[in-house]
Amino acid sequence: MRPNDRRYTQTHEWVKPDGETMLIGITDFAVRELSNGNEDDLVYCDLPEPGRTLNAGETFGEIESVKAVSDLNAPVAGEVIESNVNIEEHLEVLAKDPWNAGWMIRLRPERKSLDGLMSAEEYEKFVASGGH
Amino acid sequence: MKQTSLHDVHAALGAKLIDFGGWRMPVQYGPILEEVQCVRSAAGLFDLGHMGRVLISGPDAVRMLDRVCTNFVAKIPVGAIRYSLFCRADGNPIDDLLVYRQPDSVYLVVNAGNTVEDLAWLREQARGFDVQIDDQTERTGMLALQGQRAHAVLQTLVSDLDLSTIGYYKFGFGTVCGLANTRLSRTGYTGEDGFEIYVDNAHCERVWNAVLEAGRDAGVRPIGLGARDILRLEAGMPLYGHEIDATHNPIEAGLDFGVSFKEEKGDWIGRAALSAVKAAPRQRLVGITSDGPRVPRQGHKLFAGEREVGYVCSGAPSPTLSTNIASAYVALGNERAGTALEIDFKGKRQPCVVRELPFFSRTRK
Repeated sequence: MRPNDRRYTQTHEWVKPDGETMLIGITDFAVRELSNGNEDDLVYCDLPEPGRTLNAGETFGEIESVKAVSDLNAPVAGEVIESNVNIEEHLEVLAKDPWNAGWMIRLRPERKSLDGLMSAEEYEKFVASGGH
Repeated sequence: MKQTSLHDVHAALGAKLIDFGGWRMPVQYGPILEEVQCVRSAAGLFDLGHMGRVLISGPDAVRMLDRVCTNFVAKIPVGAIRYSLFCRADGNPIDDLLVYRQPDSVYLVVNAGNTVEDLAWLREQARGFDVQIDDQTERTGMLALQGQRAHAVLQTLVSDLDLSTIGYYKFGFGTVCGLANTRLSRTGYTGEDGFEIYVDNAHCERVWNAVLEAGRDAGVRPIGLGARDILRLEAGMPLYGHEIDATHNPIEAGLDFGVSFKEEKGDWIGRAALSAVKAAPRQRLVGITSDGPRVPRQGHKLFAGEREVGYVCSGAPSPTLSTNIASAYVALGNERAGTALEIDFKGKRQPCVVRELPFFSRTRK
């Protein structure tokens, strides 16, 4: 079972409330799909500068493997207050710990509500059915 | 979705399987870049069962093929192989292929994704010629063993043929794992020395396993299509759908060596259009290297200052060159090696430099 302290999107991002802010990252499923299970196949991650305002669903960055590029989409609206710059030099962290050390951006959300996003249980079912 | 006779073998090896050209094929068994390095430093084994294999026989085989192929088929010595293309009248290719000249027939190896269209085209163009077209793809398999150790490893499995007698782009027949009369060609799509081996479906798995077993101490490993794509790009070899396609002709792609304008060949489909391109090309396929974090991909645009001057056909991180590499078309005037350009990644620019192709080759020196 994946962590139930957060919510999930159909494009395989997670969002976790953290005090007044929210942390956003991608799931183990996303990392595995992109890298085919080989962390060395991840080559690049582009994250936004702090200060950028995002709409829900807006693309905030890209992650790239040897074979493919995927958009990173904001699960909720808000202002980027921090990016995890450590990721760009250490992409392996996404495979090793996508839930904690692999967080990508910290948002000051427009609203506190995470309604409409999947719970861990719902995401589990979504992935079990193929994840598409 | 079609499968090669090695499908279950790949699955058991833990390969990631993808759809490619209508076939379920292994894209990788482990990290792609490690697979590239394995072929460059030792040797790697590929399942190429998806590629189209077609035998053209009959008294008019060579004459018919000289109508549909861009190269001069009648001039290929028996036992030799040449690169060629099938073009439409507009000079743009339907496919590219290898042509094996045999005493009484011609053997063709075409791309998986184009095999159906190739066969339809060949049958249409064969009207009025006395030829038989035999599509052997689904009853045969094809393996490639590529890399510096390929020769020594394969020789241990071949009982009645000295592989050193088969020169580059030549082929012969030998007994492989006890299978008499097996076609062996010194060809490949990696820039390495190596062989392609043609085996009936019933024996593919046995030969596959025998090669891996014989090559274990030499470091031979199975290699997927992901690494194959990087290897061929490093070697400056075109891939249909990237460097050449229905709107990209072989002349501007730098494939003149596969196109014959010799009078003796007679007229062929696409000749007039390609003569015109040769007389007045508009763009040129070049190599690109880019040291930045981003990998160039098909469709990315190239700029010289504010001027758009080209676009990327294929791109990948290259473990051999330790930089990102790409093939790209640039407008004439930008093709000189060393020319500094920029790649556009959704508004962000990354510097890149024009290079000569190939980036790497052990076979072309």
